[in-house]
Amino acid sequence: MKSDESNKEIRQLTEEKYKYGFTTDVATEIIGPGLSEEVVRLISSKKDEPEWLLDFRLKAYRHWLTMTCPTWAHLTIPPIDFQAISYYADPRRKAAGPQSLDDIDPAVMKTFDKLGIPLEERLALSGGMAVDAVMDSVSVKTTFKETLKEKGIIFCSISEAVREYPDLVRQYLGSVVSYRDNFYAALNSAVFSDGSFVYIPKGVRCPMELSTYFRINAAGTGQFERTLIVADDDAYVSYLEGCTAPMRDENQLHAAIVEIVVLDRAEVKYSTVQNWYPGDAEGRGGVYNFVTKRGHCRGVNSKISWTQVETGSAITWKYPSCVLSGDNSVGEFYSVAVTNHHQQADTGTKMIHLGRNTRSTIISKGISAGQSSNAYRGLVRVGEKADGARNYSQCDSLLLGDQCGAHTFPYMDIHNETAVVEHEATTSKISEDQLFYCNQRGIPTEDAIGLIVNGYAKEVLNKLPMEFAVEAQKLLSVSLEGSVG
Amino acid sequence: MLKIENLHASIAGKEILKGINLTVGEGEVHAIMGPNGSGKSTLSNVLVGHPAYTVTEGTVTFRGKDLLGMTPEDRSHEGLFLSFQYPVEIPGVSMTTFMRTAVNAQRTYRGLPPLEAADFLKLMREKRALVGLDSKLANRSVNEGFSGGEKKRNEIYQMAMLEPLLSILDETDSGLDIDALRIVAEGVNKLHTPQNSVIVITHYQRLLNYIRPDVVHVLYAGRIVKTGGPELAQELEERGYDWLKG
Repeated sequence: MKSDESNKEIRQLTEEKYKYGFTTDVATEIIGPGLSEEVVRLISSKKDEPEWLLDFRLKAYRHWLTMTCPTWAHLTIPPIDFQAISYYADPRRKAAGPQSLDDIDPAVMKTFDKLGIPLEERLALSGGMAVDAVMDSVSVKTTFKETLKEKGIIFCSISEAVREYPDLVRQYLGSVVSYRDNFYAALNSAVFSDGSFVYIPKGVRCPMELSTYFRINAAGTGQFERTLIVADDDAYVSYLEGCTAPMRDENQLHAAIVEIVVLDRAEVKYSTVQNWYPGDAEGRGGVYNFVTKRGHCRGVNSKISWTQVETGSAITWKYPSCVLSGDNSVGEFYSVAVTNHHQQADTGTKMIHLGRNTRSTIISKGISAGQSSNAYRGLVRVGEKADGARNYSQCDSLLLGDQCGAHTFPYMDIHNETAVVEHEATTSKISEDQLFYCNQRGIPTEDAIGLIVNGYAKEVLNKLPMEFAVEAQKLLSVSLEGSVG
Repeated sequence: MLKIENLHASIAGKEILKGINLTVGEGEVHAIMGPNGSGKSTLSNVLVGHPAYTVTEGTVTFRGKDLLGMTPEDRSHEGLFLSFQYPVEIPGVSMTTFMRTAVNAQRTYRGLPPLEAADFLKLMREKRALVGLDSKLANRSVNEGFSGGEKKRNEIYQMAMLEPLLSILDETDSGLDIDALRIVAEGVNKLHTPQNSVIVITHYQRLLNYIRPDVVHVLYAGRIVKTGGPELAQELEERGYDWLKG
């Protein structure tokens, strides 16, 4: 039951409302476009890196040269000219790194202000959230560093960590995601610029949420951040990641690596609200988000929980995964992925059960609207020694309109007969009757869609920390307003 | 309150309503009865603006305003309420969130500030008590997993929350056992005041034992073929609809 009138209304309502699309006019030091061994060396020398890290980068670069872009995803990726991209952009003042807020260009401060990210500790909410703010290729400011230090917690940019805690970084960097892992992982390992480093010492529960906010600003540049989180025995941390980019007609590449290491009885909760610029309604511009995220439960009874709300990017290629080697370790993946207009997403997770009695849960909620394509791709692997492994997967797709696509690609690879693996999948549409029911109660269509979509995604949104959840709810409504046919 | 003149309406090109004339005054209770397929549900859907139906001719004024020119949500804000024959389920959306969104949309339309959370919860408790709705139902998702009787009671509860001036009860009695029917009817009666009006659409007379109409209309093949007092309902119960087909 469709009418032209409601279709028209729907088209009007799907008009883009990306509110983070502004650019900041700030003096930025950029290494010109192109990638070569020289550029890799130049990035390393700009960051004054030790020899071992330059070696790591060069090995990765040489390996990358032997690789080709992966084509197995359910995505149509236009050819990317890797020589046309700038691999380093630094919006700080020329004089070394900023030591205090006074050293940061006020325009940069203002940018984060506008994005609602408090870089002044006194402005942070009570209870607080420590923030590492990354613009283009560098970390511009990390808050609450001193407060955290008192508990032995290290929270700083990865560049700083390389200088201050080289042994820790060297021990763990690349230990979860090898530079040989995949094409974009090799690229990132060669040219990665900034990102966050977190170390939670034995027995410490991090008293506040840690978060990194990524912002792409400069034109024609890629962002290649690298995040490394280590939770030592009995440690706990909840970490949040947010991202936005200006609206530009050309596509921008974002190829990140996140590695998490969790030791005995430790737990890391990693939440993402990804809101990179998705391109306009015709599919022009937008960020290519090709990301490798993986956590390793090395210790017994350890736990990693990924929660992601993906609303942005023109193309998303992302599979936050858990390698469960520690006995009784737990991996969780909760995801809401929204695609609208011409956005494409191929996202999901891998749960690799290696230890005994390891458990994993996958809850994936895809929402597709417009002419977009939204695929869930997940692998559950149970190794020979993983006695008593359990997995539960639930993959739901919600379609808005009849021009979008939703696909589910669940893979199972089971080598232990004591394993119990369950998979459930549903596909549904927002019905005109549901919308009309809301209308009759006085709720306009766009609010009704927000309500229905948030209801559908509730299981996942409930996993997000409070303030993030509120933000994510608004984002879901804005990304999808009225997109029903 | 409501004035319908020569209303014609169709769905998917097929004309269902063929010239309805009906006037409902303030505080009145009207019953519209008729056999299956006579156009009863079409009439209620057209009045609340369901997009599947097209009005081809005629006018409807509600409190002096052109009803047919309004969006469905504005008709609601103006005080029109439909108790659906088949209330839909909205998974994951709690009744609290749903009603709060609805009540505040209505308040915004009327130039009132949104209700504070505490005031809203108090209002919910009061109305719940009024219609005898279990608090557990109110905490669940909209109609999800509700029995037929619970869904209908939930409709009356929403009616209580939105305080409409004109309520249309579309086959509210269908699928209800006699106890559920009595509870629902009691709710409707409690909400009825000299200022608000009710249109009861029903196939059977039994609901009218509990909700006493002032006027009874018989709808047949898209037209109102007979209008009378409460005794007409009784006569229909005894003689059926066939004698009116003539």
